[in-house]
Amino acid sequence: MKATRDSFGEALKDLGKEFPNIVALDADLSCSTKSAIFAKEFPERFFQMGIAESNMVGTAAGLAFTGLIPFISSFGAFVAGRYETIRVSIGYSDANVKIVGTHAGLGIGEDGYTQMGLEDLNVMRGLPNMTVLNPSDDVSTRAAVRFAATHEGPVYLRLTRQKLPSLYRSEDVFTAGRGIILKEGKELALIGTGASVHDALQASEELSEFNPWVVDMHTIKPIDRALIKSLAHSCKAILTVEDHNVIGGLGSAVAEVLAEEGFSGKLVRLGVQDTFGESGDASALYDKFGISAKHVVRRAQEVMG
Amino acid sequence: MPNSELIKDLERIADECRVDIIEMLHEAGSGHPGTSLSAIDIIVALFCKEMKWDPEKPEWADRDRFILSKGHGVPALYAVLAKKGAIPHEELKTLRKINSRLQGHPDRVKLPVCEASTGSLGQGLSIAQGIAMGLKLQKSHSRVFCMLGDGETQEGQVWETAMSAPKFKLNNLIVFLDNNNGQIDGHVDEVMDLAPLADKWRSFKWAVHEIDGHNFDEILDALEVAKKETERPTLILAKTVKGKGVSFMENEIGWHGVTPDKEQTEQAVSEIKGRLNA
Repeated sequence: MKATRDSFGEALKDLGKEFPNIVALDADLSCSTKSAIFAKEFPERFFQMGIAESNMVGTAAGLAFTGLIPFISSFGAFVAGRYETIRVSIGYSDANVKIVGTHAGLGIGEDGYTQMGLEDLNVMRGLPNMTVLNPSDDVSTRAAVRFAATHEGPVYLRLTRQKLPSLYRSEDVFTAGRGIILKEGKELALIGTGASVHDALQASEELSEFNPWVVDMHTIKPIDRALIKSLAHSCKAILTVEDHNVIGGLGSAVAEVLAEEGFSGKLVRLGVQDTFGESGDASALYDKFGISAKHVVRRAQEVMG
Repeated sequence: MPNSELIKDLERIADECRVDIIEMLHEAGSGHPGTSLSAIDIIVALFCKEMKWDPEKPEWADRDRFILSKGHGVPALYAVLAKKGAIPHEELKTLRKINSRLQGHPDRVKLPVCEASTGSLGQGLSIAQGIAMGLKLQKSHSRVFCMLGDGETQEGQVWETAMSAPKFKLNNLIVFLDNNNGQIDGHVDEVMDLAPLADKWRSFKWAVHEIDGHNFDEILDALEVAKKETERPTLILAKTVKGKGVSFMENEIGWHGVTPDKEQTEQAVSEIKGRLNA
């Protein structure tokens, strides 16, 4: 079990040795985002920006223009909230900046809504030129950080506060833009992203009568159109699950592809149903907001009749 | 070149650029003359005297950088770039037109010599700071010049950078604040008063100089003093006149975002050329 924010901090430190031009910036949350692990190893390449995220975004763009590879980190809610600066200084400017938004979704629990990145995928996905990643375990997060470091162009990397089980052994399993098939199935597909991959996987155990596909859709943009298309061919029902507003994230991205491909089956989108989050134990919140494994099971059974 | 000759030369170049600004804005049919005319003298001083910069080598790693944070003043930048041969003079006619590199606001992807894509106000200073930090980290002696509008400093992000640049000891960052006291909705001191501007920047631990932003002696002197800073970033508060150099535009808020018609263009150009031929 490991929080993907921890995997990020460690991976960034490791990559820092390999890439002397990686620098990191944080806005007074480095101990929470885990960029502090990098800062400890490379103090001269870490910039503490204080509680001023817009300035961090713009500064990172400038650093990138000198050939450096800046990773900026904060809670997803706060950094994605500086959308206008990201839009112009990073997106439109094609700045090679890597934006790391931790504390994704309801999974942060007790701190409540203001700290929850629940709309970050939506705004980041709407920005041309932005690659949007939402990995589900330690190894795939390390691979995603490596991808971000080596990819020319802006990347948004969404990470969890809570610990997640391990899924993969080798980073080779991760290719940006290609979903990972965890289970091959028949007429039902469960597509998860980030922490919700584990709920999909857990639900699949109770849905064995339907022999469901289980997919880790770690890249929200560019979405894996080919994989969704192939699932559409074999499935009667596709269920997406995400710890994010149901508008603008995984479910929306999948729905767009299915609609364009003329999917004749049913799509069920599990996510926070266009409402705000609240305080509570993370697993209790997953239950309350209808995105835990038991809800995946129930909705899948309903749709499969 | 003796100083007086140099200054005459810069004044001439600035007026020639004013003609280009007026003509390109007339041709474009939209854009911001007032702010371009208040900024042009400073931009000329930078590109034609102060900056280590070569139009033949736009990607030269050791060049000084100029970031026009008040992106709507970009006709002034385009005019100087054309004057220096970094873009063809003919191209000025394409300002704001379809498929042009000369976007309505600077675009570093379409025209890399712009260095930064600006126009969403308040962001350029952060970018300039990042470049200054990146240059220092890589042991470069290049400097970064940035121009802010005064109205622009109503944006909170500007003050975030005002706070951080001294922390990072960015003596390689020199910022001009084009204090023309005009913004779209009226005079800056009426829309949202910023006084006392110099004190504000001083309190943020910047080296602050107050000058007449149309006086080349004062512009160059302030730049000389900025070179001596060992740790502090410099803020040059330049008192300017919106629409400077075209009598009927001077201090008229109405000329913020309105372009001259044919007759007004001829009148403005003849006024400036009269000065050039005097």
